[in-house]
Amino acid sequence: MLKVNNISFRYQSDRWLFHQIDLIINPKEVVGLYGQSGIGKTTFANIISGYLKPDKGSITVDGKVYSQNGRNPVQLIGQHPEKAINPRWKMRQVLEESGEYSDEFLEKLGISKEWMHRYPSQLSGGELQRFCLARAIAPKTKYLVADEMTTMLDAITQAQIWQTVLSLVEKQELGVLVISHELPLLKKICNRILNFEELAGNK
Amino acid sequence: MTELISKYLPLKRSEKYNRRKRALATSIIGALILLALVISGFFIGTDGLVVNFEAANNAPSLQHPFGTDWLGRDMFVRTVKGLTLSFWVGLLAAFISALIALLLSLLLVLNKTLDSLVTGLIDLFLALPHIVTLILISFMLGGGLKGVVIALALTHWPRLARLLRAEIMQIKNTEYITVSRNMGKSWYWIARHHILPHLIPQLIIGFILTFPHAILHEASITFLGFGLSSDKPAIGVILSEAMGYLSSGMWWLALFPGLMLLLMVAVFDSLGRNLRKVFDPFKGQKG
Repeated sequence: MLKVNNISFRYQSDRWLFHQIDLIINPKEVVGLYGQSGIGKTTFANIISGYLKPDKGSITVDGKVYSQNGRNPVQLIGQHPEKAINPRWKMRQVLEESGEYSDEFLEKLGISKEWMHRYPSQLSGGELQRFCLARAIAPKTKYLVADEMTTMLDAITQAQIWQTVLSLVEKQELGVLVISHELPLLKKICNRILNFEELAGNK
Repeated sequence: MTELISKYLPLKRSEKYNRRKRALATSIIGALILLALVISGFFIGTDGLVVNFEAANNAPSLQHPFGTDWLGRDMFVRTVKGLTLSFWVGLLAAFISALIALLLSLLLVLNKTLDSLVTGLIDLFLALPHIVTLILISFMLGGGLKGVVIALALTHWPRLARLLRAEIMQIKNTEYITVSRNMGKSWYWIARHHILPHLIPQLIIGFILTFPHAILHEASITFLGFGLSSDKPAIGVILSEAMGYLSSGMWWLALFPGLMLLLMVAVFDSLGRNLRKVFDPFKGQKG
């Protein structure tokens, strides 16, 4: 169980971006989160996945706080795959950084074997995003934070990727937090949908 | 459409020659010239260095293309031998200083306090006049080959270190490093696999561009008498000895060795610039 305990965060010292958020995500649960631009959804995602430290509160996975040694069970997939991959690495190396992957798994994500010997600049944004997804879902990953993960993709690819993710949710007992502006998408895939403003209690 | 483009945008791009190919060709020629110099330094005999008072003070001729000095030694042989020695001194010094720069700049990845110490050290070395530091260190170590190499190595790293530091700082804040951290990779692993490959072009080019600098400084401190001893015929020794004979009209003693030194430095410089275009095309466009 991923537990967000009372986290607060601020960029300026005089104004809280959000204050005392509580959230629980269970395994096999897909939680949707929407809200206007600029109210701190991405910051929230970064904190949950350990990229930023909250000013108050803590994140626990099965009762344990993630310390910087070892792999974080919570992995984030951001909205800019081209920034999240080392431009000097071939795609094979990108995957190897995270672990070993079976051909079957990669095929399911729609990753072609030919791409393995290419550099990131030789692939499109959607293709790179599949690599980011594959890299994030290693056996040790328990929770996935998808921050506008499929915004740059066309409808068909989007559907394919979400289908794969949902099947992994069943198989690997993943918990997923989906952050998106697209309410129809959230309604389609989520068990539970939250409004970030209500969650943060700003209004 | 293509007609329009070719009409209004007369791109003079030849299929055969582009910038990359030209840069590659120039660097190969440069490397060959340097290689020829170093190898000929090994194989050229010491016959020309025998003292021969009958042939003393000869102006340049076919037999002695660079003339002879006051002891009748052939200046061409002396110059080539001197340049070879300078080449090795410069190579060693540039290599050590590139290594120092790399190691010190990589401390940024590991520890912030150590990094601010390094920054202070860089500022300290850049604030001191270069030649003074060189003379001081070389003099302290008793001069000679060892003193010169150590002095050169210890004074040429700050510029490169600062460059590498800036590069590391930029890479360290990228998203893929954060992702890598979240995958549980240690900073050592990240420095080796993520950061080092980005630094290699900068490092090689920095190394090659430090080289002419080091050679010129070696020549100048030797010229001033704090460097190599006079039994090692480095180019600086030749030049400083020639100074005494210039007033008696023996211009060839200083002119040819000086020109050769200049040529070697220029070749190195062009090698560095051209290799930058080959290895690091994006940086090359800006510069």
